[in-house]
Amino acid sequence: MRGLLQLTIMSFKLYLREPIATFFTLAFPPLLVLLFGAMYGNDPDPMYGGYGTMDITMPAYTALILGTIGLLGIPITTSGYRELGVLRRFRATPMRPLTYIAADLLTNLTMTLLGMAILIGVGWALYRVRFEGQVLSVFVAVVFSGLTMFAVGYLIASLASGARTAQVIGMVIFYPMMFLSGASVPLEVMPEGVRRISDFLPLTHVVTLLRGLWFGEGWGEHLTEVFILGAIFVVGAGLAARFFRWE
Amino acid sequence: MSVVIEVAGLYKSYEDVVAVDDVSFEVHEGEIFGMVGPNGAGKTTTIECIEGLRQRDSGKVNLFGVDPDVSRAEIAERIGIQLQESALPARIRVQEAMSLFGSFYTSRADSGELLDRLGLTEKRSAAFSKLSGGQKQRLFIALALVNQPEVVFFDELTTGLDPQARRAMWDLVCQIRDEGHTVFLTTHFMEEAERLCDRVLILDHGKIVALDTPEALISSLEMEKRIVLTLPGAPQELPLSDLPQVNRIERSGDRVVVYGHGERFAGPVITALERAEIDFLDVRTEQPNLDDVFLALTGREMRE
Repeated sequence: MRGLLQLTIMSFKLYLREPIATFFTLAFPPLLVLLFGAMYGNDPDPMYGGYGTMDITMPAYTALILGTIGLLGIPITTSGYRELGVLRRFRATPMRPLTYIAADLLTNLTMTLLGMAILIGVGWALYRVRFEGQVLSVFVAVVFSGLTMFAVGYLIASLASGARTAQVIGMVIFYPMMFLSGASVPLEVMPEGVRRISDFLPLTHVVTLLRGLWFGEGWGEHLTEVFILGAIFVVGAGLAARFFRWE
Repeated sequence: MSVVIEVAGLYKSYEDVVAVDDVSFEVHEGEIFGMVGPNGAGKTTTIECIEGLRQRDSGKVNLFGVDPDVSRAEIAERIGIQLQESALPARIRVQEAMSLFGSFYTSRADSGELLDRLGLTEKRSAAFSKLSGGQKQRLFIALALVNQPEVVFFDELTTGLDPQARRAMWDLVCQIRDEGHTVFLTTHFMEEAERLCDRVLILDHGKIVALDTPEALISSLEMEKRIVLTLPGAPQELPLSDLPQVNRIERSGDRVVVYGHGERFAGPVITALERAEIDFLDVRTEQPNLDDVFLALTGREMRE
């Protein structure tokens, strides 16, 4: 895995130099906290099981970050790199393709965690948001959900002809999920019909899993989510590996 | 002279199109070996089969005695590649690209010195997207040299560059060869091949048309030489037709082209004109070049 560290550090720097991607990963979720916090505050609400809107927003926005990176960031960057010939240039070196993928995953997971840290920092500073789970457990869940979303992202990148197509596919998949999965608007406020659609959206299961673990539930209570997300990961990663093109 | 690249019976097709058909040649250590031919002749396919970026259908390819389809990683360590079409991330800086690509190899050149030689020191901190076409091309050369490769591959190195930048590239390629690297390049500029290459392989429709030094290729054809003259107000009958060296004369207005042969061809023509007291303005002799070789061998112009 020679070059992995250098490539990861470089990818991370390059990520931070993309203003739009950085905005949506690091700044957008805290801005939503400011906006919706001002509107709804964080008073305990029986509708959310006694938690406040901002409490449940923390795991939800974490899912939002994962969705943004996995369904928009990865497909657009990866297919753009392929379209321009960046991937070709990497392939002309002794670096192994797996090293490239590993560096990309590490970069995107790090950005997710960084985004989460800022989000929770703002949430804690303004609303003293509650966290009742185990840090390690939530970390594992974030990584697991991340790998699922990223696998779908690589699949989109594999199927799209270029960055423009990848962006369109990513947006078509992501935007309905953004609003209907509970990642930005809690499902509790949605009508019953919408919630039935939500069950079919992968991001809904990310939100449910993260929120459960966040407030102290065990993995045993979320086997459905684990199974669904695990299946998406296996199928997504498998198809991506099958169809991925370096040029 | 030892052989560093050995290609025998290379064959590669894409669906129904045969790209490279039974191509065999050897590249010797320390030479500039050029592959020329029109677009679509199969140059890039051939070079990429050697680099291990493309898998051949059949035939034998060896670099340093190693098959690139078997030990691609080992070969990648020892070669440098400039691809015909490639890019870097838009916001990576020149210096960063050098250290990143250096980190992929065990053997490393001094990247500061490379940038210096390629005239990129001032652009060290510039983002890739801010570089001009020529600067990008020079960065790609620097990246191809970052691991002190034994063989460097240049695929259409000067395409898209202006004539001045192209000449600068030629000097650079010669320097690289003089430092002991073997250079394998492809081009569709015959002039480039003629100026640069120790040996030239002419490829057309995936097959080898000729392979020799540029001088040998040109002289082997015993082609006509040309003298182009401007003769204002000269008589209709020129005293040239009888000269044994002259094959034929073409005339349009004042401009006269004399076709002929022989080592000393221009001398007798000029003498005959002077003796007949015919004024001539411009005299230009045109030697046959690789373009003519291509035309003679394939019956087609290079650029159609």
